[in-house]
Amino acid sequence: MQGLQTNYLTPTGREEAWRFTPLARMGGLHDGTVVRSGESSLFLRTGLTSGVTFAQVAPDAIAPFSQSDDAVVLHARSEVTAISHLSIDKGITLAEPIYLGRKSVAGEYSRIKISLGVNAHAKVILENSGSTILGEDLEMELGAGASLTFISLQEWSADTVYSARHHAILDRDASLESIVVTLGGSLVRILPTVEFRGEGASVSLNGVYFASAGQHQEHRLHVDHLVPRAKSRVNYKGALTGDKAHTVWIGDVFIRAAAEGTDTYELNRNLLLSDGARADSVPNLEIETGEIVGAGHASTTGRFDDEQLFYLMSRGIESDDARRLVVRGFFAEIIGHIGAEDIQERLMTHIDTELSRVGA
Amino acid sequence: MSTLEIKNLQVSVDTEAGAKEILKGVDLTIRSGETHAVMGPNGSGKSTLAYSIAGHPKYKITGGSVTLDGVDLLEMTVDERARAGLFLAMQYPVEVPGVSVSNFLRTAATALRGEAPKLRTWVGEVKDAMNALNMDPAFAERNVNEGFSGGEKKRHEIMQLELLKPKIAILDETDSGLDVDALRIVSEGVNRAKAANDLGVLLITHYTRILRYIKPDFVHVFAAGRVVEEGGPELAEKLEESGYAEYVTQ
Repeated sequence: MQGLQTNYLTPTGREEAWRFTPLARMGGLHDGTVVRSGESSLFLRTGLTSGVTFAQVAPDAIAPFSQSDDAVVLHARSEVTAISHLSIDKGITLAEPIYLGRKSVAGEYSRIKISLGVNAHAKVILENSGSTILGEDLEMELGAGASLTFISLQEWSADTVYSARHHAILDRDASLESIVVTLGGSLVRILPTVEFRGEGASVSLNGVYFASAGQHQEHRLHVDHLVPRAKSRVNYKGALTGDKAHTVWIGDVFIRAAAEGTDTYELNRNLLLSDGARADSVPNLEIETGEIVGAGHASTTGRFDDEQLFYLMSRGIESDDARRLVVRGFFAEIIGHIGAEDIQERLMTHIDTELSRVGA
Repeated sequence: MSTLEIKNLQVSVDTEAGAKEILKGVDLTIRSGETHAVMGPNGSGKSTLAYSIAGHPKYKITGGSVTLDGVDLLEMTVDERARAGLFLAMQYPVEVPGVSVSNFLRTAATALRGEAPKLRTWVGEVKDAMNALNMDPAFAERNVNEGFSGGEKKRHEIMQLELLKPKIAILDETDSGLDVDALRIVSEGVNRAKAANDLGVLLITHYTRILRYIKPDFVHVFAAGRVVEEGGPELAEKLEESGYAEYVTQ
């Protein structure tokens, strides 16, 4: 029965959700054929402070809080025997970020749960690195009035496959700021998704990605305004260079009939640095009520802005240096908000290296 | 002593209807220490002159020459022209998101001087230049031209003029969008740069009011893509009274 169900769920590539993804490069995450070592790669890099716990818990101790029809998430839910649960008690305000890191594990399905109690405030930084094939179901649950800054860094090795859903559930007046940085990996497919369950909640979803030759980087956002007066902002920026560099950005925003007073805006900008790269960008807004504050989206994909280059070069700056300044600036706008100097410097150094490698 | 020599310059732009000739043979010579005002009605080609000399890719040179101290500028890339000693203060300075003013200025100074300026003296230099133009020190950490008011953009252009020390500067409608106080502050910056570096100035303007602060040695009236009349400061006074009507109808 289990096998039959799995077959039924296996994507063929014709589905809307999979039409951009090269399934042959998924490492078997989508059909359950990935070879698992049985170990968990996630570990806590920082010490625990009062009111914070990190534990492996049985799946039935924490029921999935969200629905999903994503094949990778469903495989993770049917196979994972222990969920990594990071919990921040109600009323706790953390002065320092919590860092999560990865041990080297060859193949894995993983489940992570981050819970913030009522009026808890925290910053969590997930540093993804190493060589692996990883399918992940990550849920964040924010209690009323809680706030979370969630930063996930994809600095994977060149052969890594990472397919994950980063799902946030927000209760009344909660707020989430997320920054997704995708640089490494062969195939990275992330679904940053949001479910508003209480009025007055807000999210700011930001991302930067840099795809070099042969890399597939896919970010599929889904923001569901189910309740009144929630606010969402989406800003994803990407640069591409090299043959068969491919990025996909999908921005689905739903404003349900009950979601009066919704305020939403989403933006995706792509900078093509060479021939042979391809950026797909699909903003999608569905509105079931007219009683909203605002709803909009914008998507641009193009080459360097000639006026910016002219301005910089007219000050004596050579063409290559001018391009580097523009690209650095393009990314710095979001990376500068991470708020951890060492990480920001590391990411910008990575981008500089990529740029000098391609002579941009 | 430097000389910018523009001879019979002809420039066109590509439009949907084909190439359109904008400059129809412009002759101008600007030497160190001289200030030349180029005045003319809107659409006469004044900005085209400025951007063509600086090397904007939109403008196609179809004839004539531009040399700086005998060296052909038109054969140079935009950055090479700047390193040869040319500066263009733009009417609409461009926003560069994510690039701070301080990073931009230091990169430009490094390119123009051939080596990175010593950090300690450089910080002082920038601070002095900003003080002189009544600019808030926090300005240095803002992104280039992003969210700047019209006046802030022009101050930022003139701050660069003072810091980067070109031989010849083209000021394209630097007075536009400035109130009286800002106009005075910006003009004083230009005058300081002239005094400090024996700067030659090509001042492009529609109105005479900036000439009360920056005194021209020569005035050239521009209409329909060429210089139609030339004289001394008295010509500007005549324009103040009678406008451009007689030139436009020609």
